[in-house]
Amino acid sequence: MKILVTVKEVASAADDFEIEGTDIDERYLEYDLNEWDDYAVEAGVRIAEATDDAEVVSATIGPERADETVRMALAKGVDRAVRVWDDDIAAAELDVAAKTRLLAAVAAEEEPDLILTGVQASDDGYGATGVSLADELGFGWAAVVNQLDLDDDLTTASVHRELEGGVEELTEVDLPAVFTIQTGINEPRYASLRGIRQAQSKEIAVRGLADLGLDAGAVDSPVRRTGMTEPETQSDATYFDGDADEQASRVAEVLRDRGVVGE
Amino acid sequence: MSADGDVAVLGVADHRRGELRDVSFELVTACRELADAVGGELHLAVVAGDVERFAEMLDVEGVDAVHTVDEGEEFNHDLYAAATAALVEELDPTALVMPNSVNGLDYAPAVANALDLPLVSDAVGLSYDGGLEATREMYGSKVETTVAVDEEPFAVTVRGGEWPPTDAPGEAEIRPFAFDADESAFPSRVLGFEEVGGGDVDIADAEFLVSIGRGIEEEENLDLIYDLVEATGATLSSSRPLVDNGWLDPARQVGQSGKQVTPDVYLAIGISGAVQHVAGMKGSETIIAVNDDPNAPIFDIADYGVVGDLFEVVPALIEQFE
Repeated sequence: MKILVTVKEVASAADDFEIEGTDIDERYLEYDLNEWDDYAVEAGVRIAEATDDAEVVSATIGPERADETVRMALAKGVDRAVRVWDDDIAAAELDVAAKTRLLAAVAAEEEPDLILTGVQASDDGYGATGVSLADELGFGWAAVVNQLDLDDDLTTASVHRELEGGVEELTEVDLPAVFTIQTGINEPRYASLRGIRQAQSKEIAVRGLADLGLDAGAVDSPVRRTGMTEPETQSDATYFDGDADEQASRVAEVLRDRGVVGE
Repeated sequence: MSADGDVAVLGVADHRRGELRDVSFELVTACRELADAVGGELHLAVVAGDVERFAEMLDVEGVDAVHTVDEGEEFNHDLYAAATAALVEELDPTALVMPNSVNGLDYAPAVANALDLPLVSDAVGLSYDGGLEATREMYGSKVETTVAVDEEPFAVTVRGGEWPPTDAPGEAEIRPFAFDADESAFPSRVLGFEEVGGGDVDIADAEFLVSIGRGIEEEENLDLIYDLVEATGATLSSSRPLVDNGWLDPARQVGQSGKQVTPDVYLAIGISGAVQHVAGMKGSETIIAVNDDPNAPIFDIADYGVVGDLFEVVPALIEQFE
């Protein structure tokens, strides 16, 4: 059995930041493994650990900098990694369809039985690539999965989908399939020192458009970001200034005034 | 009203277990505005379940036609994706608008990909002037972006709670859409539902909630919050990460996937105020927020704000009640 986990290196912004053009100035961004993808990696590695002859491969679209994030996934038990990048991809703004084409090309080479990815990326939050990829590949799928069990002959998955308001949908999906994984489905492991050492010798294969049998048109995107602004604060809160004791006494005053605490 | 002009917008309703969800009526508002800007009719689709009853409820002001797909009982993404795609091919709208709900995320990207439509998800604003310009948030609501789409038709999903609902009665035509689904060929089968987060605590009934978020940093630091809860007689609730980490029971989770709460006082400690959390607590009577980031979105909805270190403010607050 082969499991493909798509992982994204995401940027997060410092509390104070400046906007440069249509993005936050690079100086205020930090990069890390997308939180949702961390759970997807854990789900993939656990399935592999419980299955004979299973391989977990990660796929990432991103520049060389992303290798650090990919190594983190390798340290947590992913067997090898593919990183998709070249100058044409670097110059493009990738919409959901373009990411779908790139990842579908990787999937066509790897022929996985199961593809796992996070529900969404914490930076741009589209939440769409996994299901789009499933459609492109003709795979089954389920979005926002917080429980995943495979049957013994690995032909069907039983999943719970986390709906709004504390309700879960119980669904059966035939494999091959793509599942977008919700946080909380498991407890992602910390990379062990041994895992980190081993990750250094695992393969990260860099693949460009030509390697994947695609031309430059594959990264054409009709969806373009045209602006970014910091929303004006809409706060009309009354702020309690002073030191912690003064602030606490004002909060206590409000609580007593509302009658939710005793005297 | 006769519905036989050009279809500017096709919107798809969201329902679950026999009830139309609120976002369906908010989506009508967003769709009508967009249809006016594009210049054309607004059609809705409602798929599965008691579609005739749903269609009558969806016959609100500004809707020109409601197409019913009488197949299946509940949401199934394979059915929704196939039926929506068939309707788009039949009606040829400029815009396909779907809810950015958990179920919307389960079929909208598939429809967009199958029909080769550019997709903008989780829009919080839509404008159209010869082309779509959508507003979205990024970086955990720290910034707003505008996104232009250079092709038509296009697909969008809209965030719940961003547009007011349309409830005024309408005069839409209700049209059954003949669509034969071969459900036996679908690779997915919805088997049922399960309620979660039971437990013996009901945060939805509490008058005073002390709610704790990621700012608590470590599980052992929760002792400080337990002390505050004991000193004040409050009920403890939390944002999602603490439940994901297994530190607190799911029954204590406030937010979109947890509980909706409306206490007299909601004291949010170390909670940044992500949109999913705010959806569950914005109806609270009085909201007090304690956070060390003055730009945290929780302050946008707070009545009282304390910008400070919770590890200093909370002990001082406990002292107030000892």
